[in-house]
Amino acid sequence: MELFGQIMIMAVGAIFINNFVFAKILGICPYLGVSKKLDSALGMGLAVTFVMTMASAFTWLIQTYLLVPFGIEYLQTIAFILTIASLVQFVEMVIQKNAPALYKSLGVFLPLISTNCAVLGVAILNLTADNGLSYNFGFSILNGLFSGIGFTVALILMAGIREKLEYAELPDSMKGMPIALIIAGSMALAFLGFSGLKF
Amino acid sequence: MLETILIPIGVVGGLGLLYGLGLAIASKKFHVEIDARVEQVLSVLPGANCGACGKAGCAGYAEAIVSGGSAINLCAPGGANAVALIAGIMGQTATVGERKVAYYHCASGGTNTTKFKYEYQGISTCKAAVNVSQGPNLCTYGCVGLNDCFVACKFDAITIDENNQRIIDEDKCTACGACVKACPRHLIELIPVSKIVRIKCSSHDFGAVPKQVCGAGHPCIGCGICAKNCPVDAITMVDQLAVIDYTKCINCGICATKCPTKAIEDALAGMRKKAEIIEEKCIGCTICAKNCPAGAITGNLKEVHHIDKDKCVGCEICVKKCPKDAIVMK
Repeated sequence: MELFGQIMIMAVGAIFINNFVFAKILGICPYLGVSKKLDSALGMGLAVTFVMTMASAFTWLIQTYLLVPFGIEYLQTIAFILTIASLVQFVEMVIQKNAPALYKSLGVFLPLISTNCAVLGVAILNLTADNGLSYNFGFSILNGLFSGIGFTVALILMAGIREKLEYAELPDSMKGMPIALIIAGSMALAFLGFSGLKF
Repeated sequence: MLETILIPIGVVGGLGLLYGLGLAIASKKFHVEIDARVEQVLSVLPGANCGACGKAGCAGYAEAIVSGGSAINLCAPGGANAVALIAGIMGQTATVGERKVAYYHCASGGTNTTKFKYEYQGISTCKAAVNVSQGPNLCTYGCVGLNDCFVACKFDAITIDENNQRIIDEDKCTACGACVKACPRHLIELIPVSKIVRIKCSSHDFGAVPKQVCGAGHPCIGCGICAKNCPVDAITMVDQLAVIDYTKCINCGICATKCPTKAIEDALAGMRKKAEIIEEKCIGCTICAKNCPAGAITGNLKEVHHIDKDKCVGCEICVKKCPKDAIVMK
């Protein structure tokens, strides 16, 4: 039961309180770039969630069994980037072979994820956990999963608003990116309210 | 000392090597055969992604041709040239449909060819304007004049003259249909380029109403005279509007001469030649007389026929039908 409680705390923490987009300001590029349509936002969100989960697992292994024993933690960033990029490539190949339909619907998003800073962010933050939870292997994977879900939630909320916004009458100067940035700011403010939930 | 350099090099280099090898093996194992013809077909398509073929874009159409067996002559912007190239790649024979061009079934829309009932000040698109009490112009079927079609055209085929009138350049028009979709009043139709008799009105009003509201002065009043006079029954009245069926139309232009409001455009008016029989060649088979839509040819079996030049409409049907090439246009 205690374990379940810990997992729930982690889920709420990763999805709402420490949401990657709103609280940590990571992964803003896909957040603004792929949030014009609900379908593509959902596709991108799921792809990121998948890669985040996988990356959490691999980077934890690398950190624990390679970087720490050799005392070269300062190489964390470069080793993780290498890992994530290769992982994304590998996942792309597997999906293309085994699930062509999924590959088509994800399209250009898959390669884009390799440069998504939120993925690197979750890998590094997993190993410098400062919210009172000791992150072992299992928790790292779960945190990656929940962070990905948080990212997906942010993307879908944004896409929903922007789809409605297409029909709104806006001054020319506010159309497109300006209004999207204002909305992003308002949503970040709203999500700030969740920080009161801190356990 | 050396260790602090060698260990990081070894670890990161080893990781890189490991990943590289892994990916190399994976790319062999998960290799997906991509049909090279898709790339080739895509390279000869114009890349306008206009959607005239019915697919999402040029890439989708290329894929549909190669794997889905889609027809190869659906690309309007590519035209005959693209069809021939695709046929070469796919090993098929090229069958080109007749080129079509966009045409406005409305002569109105310019500053002095439109009658307005109020001054529209709002979002500057036709789509928005037609929603405000049925549009700013008096004719509820006519051109609003806010240029949604001009914006939609990706090939600069629509120009606007000093009178704010839209003009379609038929040489540039690729019949992609973007303007057809953009026009909220559905004034634009794709018409075979060889058919030069066209109705320049879309009004379903009857009698005096279209005359009062049309700024261009040539509305279809729904009288049906053209339909009655058409020798091949190509014109039908649909809700008080004359509509030409271009599979039947023979370009004779009779309708244009009969129309009381001059609502039918005929680019060949007054320029048509008359048919003439070369008497030495005529064998009196009567085929021409049977096929003449205007009843201009008379003559008995096995006797030389005669063409009444006043009745001849210059449709050239007899020229095509004569088995002895005994009829010429003069």
